[in-house]
Amino acid sequence: MKGTWLIAWRYVTYHRGRSILLMIALALTVVLPISVQVLVAKFERELSARAARTPLVLGAKGSRYDLVLSSLYFKGRIPEPVTMADVDDVRASNLADALPVIARNSAKGFPLVGVELDYYEFRRAWAIEGTLPQRLGDCVLGAEVARELGLGPGDSILSDQENLYDISKSYPLKMHVTGVLAQTDSPDDRAVFTDLFTIWVVEGIGHGHRPAEESTQEERFGSEGGHVKLNASIFEYNEITPENEASFHFHAEREELPLTGIICRPKNDKGRTILRGRYSVSKSRQLLVPDEVIGELLGFIFRLKAFFDANALAVFGATILFLSTIVLLSIQVRRRELLTLEKIGAARLTVTKIVAAELFLLLVGACLIAGLALAIAMPVLTRLAGV
Amino acid sequence: MDGSHVVIDDLAFGYPGDPFRLRIPKLELKSGEAVALVGPSGSGKSTLLSLFCGILLPVRGSVELEGVRWTHLSEAERRRRRIGRVGLVFQEFELFDPLSVLENVLLPYHVNPGLTLDDAARARAEALLSHAGIAPLAKKRPRSLSQGERQRVALCRALVTRPSLILADEPTGNLDPESANAALELLFQARDEGSTLVVVTHDHDLLPRFDRHLDFAVWGGRDGGPLS
Repeated sequence: MKGTWLIAWRYVTYHRGRSILLMIALALTVVLPISVQVLVAKFERELSARAARTPLVLGAKGSRYDLVLSSLYFKGRIPEPVTMADVDDVRASNLADALPVIARNSAKGFPLVGVELDYYEFRRAWAIEGTLPQRLGDCVLGAEVARELGLGPGDSILSDQENLYDISKSYPLKMHVTGVLAQTDSPDDRAVFTDLFTIWVVEGIGHGHRPAEESTQEERFGSEGGHVKLNASIFEYNEITPENEASFHFHAEREELPLTGIICRPKNDKGRTILRGRYSVSKSRQLLVPDEVIGELLGFIFRLKAFFDANALAVFGATILFLSTIVLLSIQVRRRELLTLEKIGAARLTVTKIVAAELFLLLVGACLIAGLALAIAMPVLTRLAGV
Repeated sequence: MDGSHVVIDDLAFGYPGDPFRLRIPKLELKSGEAVALVGPSGSGKSTLLSLFCGILLPVRGSVELEGVRWTHLSEAERRRRRIGRVGLVFQEFELFDPLSVLENVLLPYHVNPGLTLDDAARARAEALLSHAGIAPLAKKRPRSLSQGERQRVALCRALVTRPSLILADEPTGNLDPESANAALELLFQARDEGSTLVVVTHDHDLLPRFDRHLDFAVWGGRDGGPLS
C-alpha cells in the first residue's frame, strides 16, 4: 500500500470510534434526501401509472382524493358509498362499461376488495396459481399478500373483525383462497380480491344461518303471517360451503347494495364526453378523471418535496461545515504530528494528501453505510409509506 | 567522510517578537565527530539543531551542510536535501500511535517520494530493531511500549535512512539509566559507522563519551540585541 494511503488507513482504523461516528453522520445526510427522492419518484410513478390506466371513476360527491384513492389504490378515508343502481345507470346508458369496486374491508391487514370478473381483465391481473374466485366465499390473493402470508390455492383467510367490542357487527368470514394473481407492481399486489356478494356478506348485509324452521324457541322473536322472526342468537355461518351456500341471503335490494366507486370505461370519446356532462350536473354523484386528480395530488407532494429538498440541502451544507470544522480541529490537534512529518522530510503536499486520503476513506465508508442503510431501509420505508 | 561536515559562519538568529538571540561567530563539525550541546534551558540548543538541518534559517550569516548553504536553497530543496542526509531524534519521540513499530521506523520512506521502500530498506529497519533489542515488538503499537522502547523506536527511525548527520534533542532526557545507555549505544554505533552525531543533553556525566562539547551559555541569551 502506498505510504499516504497506509498512514491514512491506519489513522481511520486506529480512531475507529470517531471515524464511524463521522461516517454515520455523513451517511445520514446522504440517506435522507435520497430516500425521499426514491420514495417520491416511486410514489409518483405508481400513482400516475394506475391513474393513467383508469379512464373515469364514478362516486358519491365529496372528497375527490378520497374517492380516487379508495377506488384505485384501496387507501385513504372511505368515501360515501354509491350503489349498484349507479352501476345499472351507467350500463343502461350504453356509454361505458362499469366496473364496481368496494374497498372498505380488510383481511389479515390487507385491503379486501370486492370486484366483478371484468376487473381482472381490465387490470391485466391473471391468476398465476389456481383460478379467479368461482363461488361465493372464494377469494384470490395479490402476489405480495400470498408471499407475505405464505398462502396459496386451497388455503383460507379470515376477513378482519370490524370492531372487536361491537357484537352487533358481523363475524369475520373464512374465505377460500382459489388463486394467486401475477405480480403487477400495483396496489393489486397487496390486496385480497373477492366478488361483490362475498364482500356484502363480510359487511353483514348478507348472511347465512340455520333454516328458520329448525330454529329453537330461544332463537325466535316470534312469528307473523307464516314468517318466523329470528333473534341474534341464531347460529350464523362464518364460512360459505357448498352445503350452506343456499342459506345465504341479503337483507337489502340489489340496487341498494353499497359500493366504494365505479370505474367507467367509456366506449368512445363521445360516450366519455356525454357521461362527463351528465354527471357534472349531478348533486349527489361525481365522475372524475383519476389522472387529473392524481396530478393535483402530486402537485401538493412536489411542493412538500421541494421543502424537503431545501431542508436536506441545508442539512448537507451544515454537515459539510461541521465536517470542515472537525477536519480543521483535527489538524490543529495533530499539528505536532504533522510538523514531525515535515521535519522528517514530508512535503506539505504529502501531509495534505494524507489528510485528503483520510477524508476520502471516511467518505467511502459513509457511502457504504448509506448504501447499506438504503438497501435495508428502502423496502421498509416503501411499505410504511404505503407506496 | 573527511573534512568539515557542518560549518557555521557568523550566525545570528532570533524569533520574531522574542528577545532570545543566538549568535555563533564560527563553528565547524568534522565528519564522524560526536558533539554534545550543553547549556541552560532556553539557550538555543534545540534551535541550533533546527538551523543545522535547514528547518530554520539564520537571520545573518550562514550554515553549510556538506558544502551547501541552506540559505541558497528553496524550502522544497532544503526538504529534499534533508531526506536521507539528516536523522532527527526528538525528546518526546514523536512516534505515530496508529502505525506499528516497524511502520514507524519506515515512516521516512512512507512520506518521502524520494526514498524507495524496497526489500533492502525493510531489511535495514528489521536489523535496526533487532540490534536495538525490540524486534519482537515490530508489530506492536508505540502506545503499548515503555519509554525506553519508544525512544529506541525513534532512534531506529532516525537511523533507517543511514543519515550522515544525526541530530538528537535530549534523546535520554525521559529515560532511566539503563534505557538511556541503550539509546546512546545505538547513536554511537551510527557514529562509528561514519555519521556525524550532535546530541543535546543536560547530563554532564555523558560528556566524556563525546569528542567534545559546546557550552551554549556563551552563545545564546535573551538580550534582545540587534541581529545584523
